[in-house]
Amino acid sequence: MSNFSLSNLMTRQDVLGFVVLALILLVVLPLSLDVMRLNQVGKYLSFAFVTVGLVLCWGYGGILSLGQGVFYGLGGYALAMFLKLEASSPENTSIQSTPGIPDFMDWNQITELPWLWEPFHSFGFSLLAILLVPTVLAYLIGFAMFKRRVSGVYFAIITQAISSILTILIIGQQGYTGGVNGITDLQTLMGWSIRTDYASYVFYFVGVALLFVCLFIAQFITKSKLGRILVAMRGQEDRVRFSGYDVANFKIFVFCVGAAFAAVGGAMFTLQEKFMSPSFVGIVPSIEMVIFCAVGGRLSILGAVYGALLVNVFRTVLGESFPELWLFAMGLLFVGVVLAFPDGLAGVYQKYAAPTVDRFLDKAPLFRRWPSSTSHSEPIKAS
Amino acid sequence: MFSDYSATELGSIFAMQGFAGLILFAVFLLMALGLAIIFGQMGVINMAHGEFMILGAYITYLTSNVFADYFPALFGGYFFVAMVLAFLAAAALGALVEWTVIRRLYHRPLDTLLATWGLSLLMQQSYRSIFGAREVGVEVPDWMAGSFQVTDFVELPVNGLFVMCIAVAVTLAVYLLMFRSSWGSRVRAVVQNRPMAGAVGINTAKMDRMTFALGCGIAGIAGSAFTMIGSTGPSAGQDYIVDTFLVVVFGGAASILGTVASAFSISQAQSTMEFFLGGSMAKVLTLLTVVIILMFRPQGLFTLKVRK
Amino acid sequence: MTMHKQLTTGGATERWGLGKLKLLAASMVLAASANAATPPTSEVNTTGLAVTDDTVNVGILHSVTGTMALSEEGSVQAEILAIEQINEMGGVLGRQIEYIQEDGASDWPTFADRSSKLLRRDNVAAVFGCWTSASRKAVLPIFEQYNGMLYYPTFYEGLEESPNVIYTGQEATQQILAGLNWIAEEKDAETFYLLGSDYIWPRTSNKIARKHIEDVLGLEVVGEDYFPLGHTQFNSSINRIRLKKPDVVFASVVGGSNVAFYKQLESAGIDLVDGDMSLLTISVTEDEILGIGGRNIEGAYAAMKYFQSLDNPNNESFVKAFKERWGEDSVIGDVTQAAYLGPWLWKAAVEKAGSFDVDKVREASPGIELETAPEGYVRIHENHHLWSKTRVGEAQRDGQYKVVFETQELMEPDPFPEGYQ
Repeated sequence: MSNFSLSNLMTRQDVLGFVVLALILLVVLPLSLDVMRLNQVGKYLSFAFVTVGLVLCWGYGGILSLGQGVFYGLGGYALAMFLKLEASSPENTSIQSTPGIPDFMDWNQITELPWLWEPFHSFGFSLLAILLVPTVLAYLIGFAMFKRRVSGVYFAIITQAISSILTILIIGQQGYTGGVNGITDLQTLMGWSIRTDYASYVFYFVGVALLFVCLFIAQFITKSKLGRILVAMRGQEDRVRFSGYDVANFKIFVFCVGAAFAAVGGAMFTLQEKFMSPSFVGIVPSIEMVIFCAVGGRLSILGAVYGALLVNVFRTVLGESFPELWLFAMGLLFVGVVLAFPDGLAGVYQKYAAPTVDRFLDKAPLFRRWPSSTSHSEPIKAS
Repeated sequence: MFSDYSATELGSIFAMQGFAGLILFAVFLLMALGLAIIFGQMGVINMAHGEFMILGAYITYLTSNVFADYFPALFGGYFFVAMVLAFLAAAALGALVEWTVIRRLYHRPLDTLLATWGLSLLMQQSYRSIFGAREVGVEVPDWMAGSFQVTDFVELPVNGLFVMCIAVAVTLAVYLLMFRSSWGSRVRAVVQNRPMAGAVGINTAKMDRMTFALGCGIAGIAGSAFTMIGSTGPSAGQDYIVDTFLVVVFGGAASILGTVASAFSISQAQSTMEFFLGGSMAKVLTLLTVVIILMFRPQGLFTLKVRK
Repeated sequence: MTMHKQLTTGGATERWGLGKLKLLAASMVLAASANAATPPTSEVNTTGLAVTDDTVNVGILHSVTGTMALSEEGSVQAEILAIEQINEMGGVLGRQIEYIQEDGASDWPTFADRSSKLLRRDNVAAVFGCWTSASRKAVLPIFEQYNGMLYYPTFYEGLEESPNVIYTGQEATQQILAGLNWIAEEKDAETFYLLGSDYIWPRTSNKIARKHIEDVLGLEVVGEDYFPLGHTQFNSSINRIRLKKPDVVFASVVGGSNVAFYKQLESAGIDLVDGDMSLLTISVTEDEILGIGGRNIEGAYAAMKYFQSLDNPNNESFVKAFKERWGEDSVIGDVTQAAYLGPWLWKAAVEKAGSFDVDKVREASPGIELETAPEGYVRIHENHHLWSKTRVGEAQRDGQYKVVFETQELMEPDPFPEGYQ
């Protein structure tokens, strides 16, 4: 591990990729979009947290989870609960039969704040809950499954069942969760209005910053020994096991990381949309997030960001103009990407643009001496 | 809950409740059989399974309209024609899908899941464009409507009996096809050892296509039968998908007996809990129980040892 | 970079797509005659809405894709019909209405996203839209923040009174109480069984129904049951009902579940026409019967404010116009009619205010009357809901309802009913 310098962590292509993405997200988009569109981009970027996690789980680890929406939703709900309590101060809710509790509880004849909600008065606890609740759940699921060597399609279907259980629970227990309406009408964060344009700008930049934190963590994982073990595992799980590694532990770890990323994304969504809805917990959004990842490239953490961004922009443009076409386009995208571009946009870039860029970098003064590959990386393909 | 009732009344309630469980069993079995064949024999997860069922339902709807307009005298029997047509249409589309998409993905089973999900979106929107967003009402012949009075209290729904008959017939047919025909033994040979099967002269690609088509065709029959008890709309297929997958996974891959056993246990559990606890709670508890059991026995109830 | 380009082309393509379906040019001729009296734009629009000397933009926001499309289709059609008719009569304050249609895609966050586009980017003067309570709850904070005006057509659970929404459907007490009174008396009912899909509207409606049955009518509720949305197997639940032998089943099942429920009820041998048990639904309009099939629901009662079969001149011309515009086979349910009222109520309020400004329209709204409503006379209450009659219809084999009862007086809307909470 001693030779872990920056040049081992990132090839010069990686550095260029990070810089370009940073320029796009921090300079180009904020300067060229009005605040409403920028807010939309911020929401799309919240899905990028999930897709980056999926690159680790699915692309590297071969674990396809169709329940990432569960973690996204839990992260989002944890923050929404805090914000809802703040919006439900006794003064704001004086018309209710029980002032001081969220409005939907009052509608459901709940007269006292449930114990589950109590700790969400504290901002610190809520922040912890955003990260810990989904991670612990992921650990439990991962422990139960991977220790028993459940994998592949079985794992996908079981995660799918978990997301449908959680959806039914959230919708059914509406007195405690807001039901199908979700948790709506969030107003302030520590007394500071989250509905102003200024707040939208702030949340956008906070979101981008957090995304880069996740990207660096993901980059570290993929370039570390762990990343290579994951890839080896995906190909020949038994051989890795015979080599003395505990395969399950690696899978559990990477699944937990994916869950934590997703939860941060969900919390950023809550801040920018100002409400949280059970519609993210269900099966459909979970599968959609997988396709964002596949479009970007299941082996490229930067590609995953572009995937989430582009598919959603595409959806908004088509959805605003030709709503009927949207499902056709989405359906074709699923089939087309899987059939023709299993490595997604990143694969296309690697094949056509990368060599040219590399030649260009050979001449660029800043990059000339940076290695074009890390000490032990070879191109990895989607199985 | 039962103190106010006489013994006869209780007896008949339990009889009808048992019957309700059997109907649910038949429904689950019909939903899951097609998927079980595809998943069990080919390892492919067909996420568009529900949409293939709805294709069968729309074919039934069209057939009923044709009969009402052109052969009103034969209307009583249109359902049998409709089921055959539903099977053929769904099987044909299934074969087409296998040929264009699935066969390119056999070495990437997780990707078939994504591709067929895309397919399901395409099919849903096609239904919406062709038949409209609203649900269509399928008129059933008079003899299929109503109920069959056994005693004063016990009434058995005719359509429920009918669905049960279809489920039994389809299961038997699948069993005979898979385990008593030479075609079935070839399919099983391909599953157990693909290279060897190919080496002894079995056309494995053709086997795959026919297996996939068969699974989709059975989904078509199921959809056709369900027009009697459920709704026919562009996105109605989604209502079945989670239950279907759970039944298949719980039963264990590659085992038709497993699918039957799992459909039976899940349907009995759900139907009993619904009776005592109400619909919403029963659903959550059933799903939860199945997932917990799967965590302890991930291979499902029955497994087939396969040499990879 | 590409991002920006795509987003801006998004704006441009709207002109070609569903975004702005230009209305028939023929109606412009009529508009010209009204032009003489057209007040200048600077007077009628002081807040930067999309109003020109000849046109005013409004939004239509419903799901045309996804699971809710089947329900919302009728509302879209009714709103478009009303807008076209208004334009033919010369428009509003001499201006033709142009509508921008957005798709909520049956997804509540999408509704929020699109409503913010309509209000902030398109600066529409009013929005006609939403169907489920969840979609309304999702857009409500946005309408309040950016001061938009939403005309919401669906019967709903009440418990809400926003200055930025006009509720053209009935709230729960309006819809339920008179219906329960009627069936209790007519059928000599003593016991009730409540069931519904598992979300806020059925639960709140059943809560109000239970209070009314127990506290006001002094009768008994013998059971209450809920099913997840999309549930398709009801045989066990039907056995529960048999066991309890209620006189009346009070049902608020929605969506695809509806179809399965009534088909299975009918085939379980529960005879709604001559049997001992009656069924009162608050969720099945003529739209839903299309999917259920008339034979499966024949004999059930529905409590609503509007049925397609209403016999009055307003309704006759409405049904005729609707069928001419959208085809002979169209059916019109309660919500479709309520959606049709939206543009007319907005027009009346704008004309009374003499301005498109949202604040002035809001101020002018209470007390607005509509003599031409297909359901008969309606009036906007101080609380932004409508005074309207409650009717009970009996489902017929042909998919229509026969009106068997209507209240003498208009029912007062009461979104926060005392004693029912």
